[in-house]
Amino acid sequence: MTKKTKNVVISSEIEKCHSTTVISSAIEKCHSKPVISSAREKSYFSVVISSAIEKCHSKPVISSVREKSYFSVVISSAIEKCHSKPVISSACEKSYFSVVISSEIEKYHSTFITAIFILLFFTTSLLSQIAVKGEKVYTMNGGVIENGLVLIEGNQIKNVGSQSGINIPENFKVIEGKFVTPGLIDSRSVVGLAGVYNQKHDQDQLEKSDPIQPELRAIDAYNPREELVEWIREFGITTINTGHAPGALISGQTMIVKTYGTLQNTILDTISMVSFSLGKEVSSEFKVPGSRPKGIAMLRSKLYEAKAYLEKQNSDDKKSAINLENEILAKVLKKEVPALITADKAVDILGALRLAKEFNLELILDGAEESYMVLDEIKEAEVPIILHASMSRLESGSFETASKLQKAGIPFAIQSGYESYVPKTRVVLFEAAILAANGLSFEEALASITIDAAKILKIDDKVGSIEVGKNADIAIYNGDPFEYTTHCCGVIIDGKIMKQDECK
Amino acid sequence: MNRLFRLSFLYLLFVFALNAQINVFINAEIMTATGVNYENGILAVNGSKIEYVGSQNGYSIPENSVVIDTKGKVIIPGLVDTHSHIGLDWGFDNDSPTQPDLRILDAIDPFHPTFNRARAGGITTVNVMPGSGHLMSGQTVYLKTKHAKTLNEMLITKDILNGICGGMKMANGTNSIRTKPFPGTRAKSAAIIRELFYEALEYKNKIDDANGDKSKMPERNIELEPLVEILKGDRIVHHHTHRADDIMTVLRLKEEFGFKVVLHHVSEGWKVAEEIAKAKVPCSIIVVDSPGGKLEAVGLKFETAKILTDAGVDVAFHTDDWITDSRFFLRSAALAMRAGLSKEKALEGLTIAGARMLELNDRIGSLEKGKDADFVILSGDPFSVYSHIESTWADGVKIFDRSNPEDYKYAVGGYKAYPRFQHVHGEEEIR
Repeated sequence: MTKKTKNVVISSEIEKCHSTTVISSAIEKCHSKPVISSAREKSYFSVVISSAIEKCHSKPVISSVREKSYFSVVISSAIEKCHSKPVISSACEKSYFSVVISSEIEKYHSTFITAIFILLFFTTSLLSQIAVKGEKVYTMNGGVIENGLVLIEGNQIKNVGSQSGINIPENFKVIEGKFVTPGLIDSRSVVGLAGVYNQKHDQDQLEKSDPIQPELRAIDAYNPREELVEWIREFGITTINTGHAPGALISGQTMIVKTYGTLQNTILDTISMVSFSLGKEVSSEFKVPGSRPKGIAMLRSKLYEAKAYLEKQNSDDKKSAINLENEILAKVLKKEVPALITADKAVDILGALRLAKEFNLELILDGAEESYMVLDEIKEAEVPIILHASMSRLESGSFETASKLQKAGIPFAIQSGYESYVPKTRVVLFEAAILAANGLSFEEALASITIDAAKILKIDDKVGSIEVGKNADIAIYNGDPFEYTTHCCGVIIDGKIMKQDECK
Repeated sequence: MNRLFRLSFLYLLFVFALNAQINVFINAEIMTATGVNYENGILAVNGSKIEYVGSQNGYSIPENSVVIDTKGKVIIPGLVDTHSHIGLDWGFDNDSPTQPDLRILDAIDPFHPTFNRARAGGITTVNVMPGSGHLMSGQTVYLKTKHAKTLNEMLITKDILNGICGGMKMANGTNSIRTKPFPGTRAKSAAIIRELFYEALEYKNKIDDANGDKSKMPERNIELEPLVEILKGDRIVHHHTHRADDIMTVLRLKEEFGFKVVLHHVSEGWKVAEEIAKAKVPCSIIVVDSPGGKLEAVGLKFETAKILTDAGVDVAFHTDDWITDSRFFLRSAALAMRAGLSKEKALEGLTIAGARMLELNDRIGSLEKGKDADFVILSGDPFSVYSHIESTWADGVKIFDRSNPEDYKYAVGGYKAYPRFQHVHGEEEIR
């Protein structure tokens, strides 16, 4: 067998190969455990998985593995590791090695079965198995658990409860903290589109060539390697609704993404919302509209155009050629995609409510600086609000708006928003902290960046609370997370440990 | 008539009593910013000055004094903000990269609502700066945030015409790199400043040579006069600088011309902490919630205050309001504590260290007998997000009271409490 002297840590090797999921899922299957959904989604993985399973059962279908050289390398390397043999470091990149390895496997046929069993044992420990202990675990689904415990297996939460009630299974990595919360959610951000340098080349959040461009997709602008993504993750933020900024009548789309990795498997919603803006800010960015009523008139014309387009596409007549603007607006008209309308002043909020009524849109109000002036109207329209950042420098912004929304029974989340200068991004944890000091309870403030945000973003089946079966997104703090001096000492996303500091 | 006489006598007594009123705050935790704290302390204020600060048993409360029970509260010195842009609508123009004759005091509106923001944030002394976007933006002004009809009442220096009312705002790095007549590069920026200072040196030599003989004096030049004050050490340079190499440029200029300088913002100060310490130059730091937003601030860290302090640098904080909101000034130091700065140093950085950088530490910046009665009463730990500033006092007068609805609206905001302020550096939107 080709042997190299360099000993490489298998886990990092496998991570490099992007195939942890595959192996994990395979192992899970062997144990009759549910298969990780993301793996299931990728049909081409299943070939690999099934062949791996077959291997587990000592069945002879090795040919398919051999065919998929990319994955066989990983598995073979794992076997090598089991035998304390050196791993081929560049194996992932060099597919031709796989041929060598596969034939090597056959050569070692006598020990193959044993190897597989050892592989099983070994890869079980590769599968994320984490026990998070917290003096206070805020599940955001039924209060706080004192001396709580969260068990994570793979990318999911497996169990939640008190430390006295649940045994930590063997081989689980134990992480301890004082406050444990769900991974935080920033419900409106431009991080990944608006970069840290604030130069033309890294500012993709607002296209100024035309005031109406709903076809602009967030995914075509989002840079997962942008430094600010890591910056906010360090505070416990694991999910962001990011995309096109306010400032144009329709600036484009937003998307929901986890704050790690590349875009592979980290997007929760590719088109979460379409971003609209009303008010004088739009007129400062574009020549037209020059006023509020002109802006609304332009939006109405556009929406009627999209309506006609939609009707034509649905009719038996000859279909129109694909028009990207109308395609996405048709989705908005069909309520498949919500309209996120940035409206700061009371007059603009009323304008947004009128538009939503006229076109039967699913409206989410954004910013809503003066929402406390029109609470009854918002309540009646049953519209949720993604509220401006507490520390945004607004002339009518109040630290108590959230508390007024809470009392009025209007659902809301808090956002980091868009900043044109410094700070280049706000940190939604800090913004919620100000609410906790100005009329909201601790848990109400925390909900605005966890479960309540998840509900408005319609991702509460996956994230936003610590519940069995949900994504293993966890933030760990060494004290009250809202206190200025508290540190976020641990971040777990999809079962992957993104940050682990000493937590005291 | 007799009655009227008696009434006016009583009135006079009342006025006298008002003037001489002693307010005694008892039972509070007092953090003096001198390194001494009192668990159950007494702060006695006589008129505009502190009469006593210390433990209960060191002071007998005078009979006619007003005793205010502040049990459960924390009292700290009035905060000193070494860099702010409150009191104005905008602070830049495109005329010239160096404008030493420009005085920001000519732009300040004492009724400007942003002063309320500072009062609500516990700030009692502020260095209002012109700029930004120039190599030398003009003369700054040191003010008390007292309620006043005229600027004179707020000035720390009483002689508005002849006194030196503040420092000199300077900047290097990217803000001032613009189109002509502004410099296009960093080297040109430094060259323009060096030329100006050599011109000022020559002017100063002529004045020195005249030796008081008016006939030999050079023609009065109001651009060079403040530079002569700088060269004589009477006016302090407040220098905007972020990147480590820009910081070193300031230190080089200081070496060449021997001026007193405070480094402001200092985002990359952590890279050259030893050098700053060796030059014995103090730093006033901005803490914002994320790095970047401009090229020179990409290296910003919460750790800067701690690293500089450990290197032996005198460290203060500033709001740069509108960049950070004056109501969150305490928070700036708290974020530095998050990154390891001690509580004691955090408080110093908001008070006495800033006072030293304005050379006002004999009057303000700490709670000590004889100093100005500038202080803040808080509901709890000054560095907790849950604490609120309950009242702010300057020169013994209450200038903010959270229990007063009119003041409260400035503490929490809303209903157009504050005008928008665009922090602009030139004709174009800043990038």
